[in-house]
Amino acid sequence: MSPARPEVSVRICPGGPLLVRGATEVLGPDGAAHPVTRPVVAVCACDKSARLPWCDGTHKALPGGRAR
Amino acid sequence: MRLPRDRGLLSKHVLHALQTGGSLPSGLWADHGPTADLLHDEDAQLTLWVLYELHYRGFDDAAGDLEWDPALLELRAGIEAGLERELRAATAARLRQVPDSGDVGEQLLAFVAADDGPSSAAYLQRSADRAQFEHFLRQRSIYHLKEADPHTFVMPRIDGAAKAALAELQYDEYGGGRAPRLHATMFGDAMEACGLDRTYGAYVDEATALTLAVNNQMSLFALHRRLRGAALGHLAAFEATSSVPARKIAGGAERLGLPAAVAAYYSEHVEADSAHEQIAARDICGGFVADQPGLRGDVFFGAAACLHLDGLAAQEMLDHWERSS
Repeated sequence: MSPARPEVSVRICPGGPLLVRGATEVLGPDGAAHPVTRPVVAVCACDKSARLPWCDGTHKALPGGRAR
Repeated sequence: MRLPRDRGLLSKHVLHALQTGGSLPSGLWADHGPTADLLHDEDAQLTLWVLYELHYRGFDDAAGDLEWDPALLELRAGIEAGLERELRAATAARLRQVPDSGDVGEQLLAFVAADDGPSSAAYLQRSADRAQFEHFLRQRSIYHLKEADPHTFVMPRIDGAAKAALAELQYDEYGGGRAPRLHATMFGDAMEACGLDRTYGAYVDEATALTLAVNNQMSLFALHRRLRGAALGHLAAFEATSSVPARKIAGGAERLGLPAAVAAYYSEHVEADSAHEQIAARDICGGFVADQPGLRGDVFFGAAACLHLDGLAAQEMLDHWERSS
């Protein structure tokens, strides 16, 4: 049986995003609610994403990041 | 899907056997080979692709049930042995830089980041015209119309944390329970919106040897239990080289004013693959190697093979565009 409240977990990826599972929405920097539409989402942790609050890989281009 | 046109004597014999249900001439592979450069051998790559497709969608005009035909499997094994040997030789130098212990996820992401191979995404973003962009979509359609399918074959061969993570990733690839969000369907929508044929296999006849090899490599790793580590390493490298290029390609689609379905497909991959690359490297490959430490080397081999072949295919695409500009 599923629990009444979904279990939310957050995993911190060193040098990368936060992996969030079980959330129904993520609030952006402006307070706007962004619905979660996939089983696991990558939330930006470097604040440089062009698609906040989601990670778009921009952290790789930052100094000390994994540029490609 | 219908059987493609042949690209030489080897594929001609195999296609004839599939059409008629007749037997293959003996020693076919020995007569064809040895080939010095299997990755660019379109006759061999098409043959291998056709043999692998018997395990995916199959062919409407093939005779009977030949998926497990011993003579076809024997031929397949011969080509596969050559392909694996060539991929191992081509990646040996690259793999010498990989430490043999330590955090697998971190090292995989660093290994991929250190790759400085060519990329077609920047050209698509800034320079490609519509015909060049559509050429890219047609070549990529060989994979994207069965997106994620090869790696699904690995699921029953692994266990525990790696299995749970692979299932989570594949569920997302397959639309999270919503058929219109199947990544393969989204790619088909993008093709159709551009006026291209979204039928599975529609552009196989124009797929280059390298395009076919990119696909065959995934099937090689995914259809052999022995190579399950390489399949997972390939997945990690594939996902970790997706989100940033997808952002550039989406930008190119918008610059050209292509139908919104094209940018939608690539934008979906910016967000999805930012998560997938972490899951694939850390949870799938990290979890797998914790369970199967003896296959650590194969995980990195799979990642290296992905980078190697994707680099060759990207360079081929750039060369083609340069000639067509």
